[in-house]
Amino acid sequence: MALAGNAINFSGVGQTFLTGTGSLTALDGVSVTIAQHEFVAVLGPSGCGKSTLLRLTAGLMKPSTGSVSVFGLSVTQPRDDVGIVFQKPTLLPWANVEDNVVFPARHKLGRVTPEDRAQAQAIIETVGLAGFEKRLPSELSGGMQQRVGIARALFLNPDILLMDEPFSALDALTRDMMGFELLRLWQASPKTVLFITHSIPEAALLADRVLVLSERPGRVIADLPVPTSRPRDETSLGTPEMQDYAAHLRSLLIRKEAA
Amino acid sequence: MTVADTPDTSSAKTPKPATAAPSAKTVPLKERLLRTPVALPLMTFLLLLILWEAGTRIFAVPSYILPSPSRILFGFEAVPAGRWVEHIWATLRVALLGYLVSFVVSLPIAVGLAKSRLLSGALYPLLVVIQSVPVVAVAPIIIVVLGTGDAPRVVITFMISFFPLVVSMTTGLAATPPELIELSRSLRAPSFREITQIRLPYATPYIFSGMKISITLAVIGAVVSEFVAAEKGIGYFIQFSTSMFKLPQAWAGLVILVAMSLLLFQIVSQTQRIFFPWSLPKGQK
Repeated sequence: MALAGNAINFSGVGQTFLTGTGSLTALDGVSVTIAQHEFVAVLGPSGCGKSTLLRLTAGLMKPSTGSVSVFGLSVTQPRDDVGIVFQKPTLLPWANVEDNVVFPARHKLGRVTPEDRAQAQAIIETVGLAGFEKRLPSELSGGMQQRVGIARALFLNPDILLMDEPFSALDALTRDMMGFELLRLWQASPKTVLFITHSIPEAALLADRVLVLSERPGRVIADLPVPTSRPRDETSLGTPEMQDYAAHLRSLLIRKEAA
Repeated sequence: MTVADTPDTSSAKTPKPATAAPSAKTVPLKERLLRTPVALPLMTFLLLLILWEAGTRIFAVPSYILPSPSRILFGFEAVPAGRWVEHIWATLRVALLGYLVSFVVSLPIAVGLAKSRLLSGALYPLLVVIQSVPVVAVAPIIIVVLGTGDAPRVVITFMISFFPLVVSMTTGLAATPPELIELSRSLRAPSFREITQIRLPYATPYIFSGMKISITLAVIGAVVSEFVAAEKGIGYFIQFSTSMFKLPQAWAGLVILVAMSLLLFQIVSQTQRIFFPWSLPKGQK
């Protein structure tokens, strides 16, 4: 079904959860195609099913209707060629930075090879944590903890990086820095990124394309390419076209929230 | 001139620190007491002992009602040291065996309860029923069924001490962040590794709080079992001494039980502190 060069394809995806009082439709008729190495941000109000989209891609849940495919193959079970970065770093508090980063190997295969250690070391350096390998998570700042979370997601060198509001727990300044850091990592080693957020500037600054979801049940109400070329920096958001773009995104979100 | 001047100026200045010194000393005394965690309870305890000793002497309280601390101290001498060791070992052995059994039985039950809602629904009410049974009342029955060796005593100890372990372990195993379980699922790791590498370590602080409660309950369990049927052990010794109206030595036995409980509790606490320092609440490291 999916064309060559497509990484993720949602086709008529709907998701209904059974709750105590009845059923709840989180997603309805979502059809989106994401190209390989594309950076797509998903923007939407709280509870609109943004995270569901991410979990469907990872194969952690099955869609009620429609289908999800990754690299042309239908997603039927959890897949390990995706890296997931969660909203909270959710590191293992008893393991140091290095052990947290190699955890996918230890957990999946039950052992850690010297090659794994070398790989972890390289990633730790890439995310800017060299010298902190033996520190425990509790000894790191929130931003540094999330760097470890990103390093862990990158450890198995996934083709697809799924990020669920990864910087929303950080302060504004750290958040901006981490955004640019992510862009740097993404440009150095291109991956398909599905980035969930509720921050308009963050979406506009990082993504190639922004999907706007409606209130529950989540539908894609807009699919807008970001009008600024890369590389981007602190000034990128100041240009008139980006101001207009951000204002447009905002109006889409507010209209939906008022409705 | 300068020599004469210097003492003058210094003496003129000294009154200030001199008057400031006593007040500076009296204020930190309270502060210092609060800062040293051992001193304050120790002083309270000593004061109580003195009051106790004085009270029993002044009001001439007969020792079968309340022996004075000094009489209790002599109570230790009523029995040779070798007999004490035998009694202590009998109680300690049953308490530790019962505790061990509690731990070994609780762990798989807790894993089952945390992993399977079916098992949880089927088993949990049953566990609550067992917990609600007054073990002291069941103890004579258990003794009749299992005889008079260590086995019935270990079973009684187990019945008294296992419930807090099951509850704390189950709570801990369920307290793992759902994201890590998703990570585990996305890695398609074998299920037992989800338990050993994520859920169990996450449950460590919970397990230790259960272990701290259970270790003192295990001592209680051992004593209860000795009350019912035993020819050795501190519980037996206390019962035997009271039946002979030898209250000071019964109190001495009680002192040993308290010391044993405190020591075992400290061993569990220190094990957590030394081997799992990350599992301590913030500010207790």
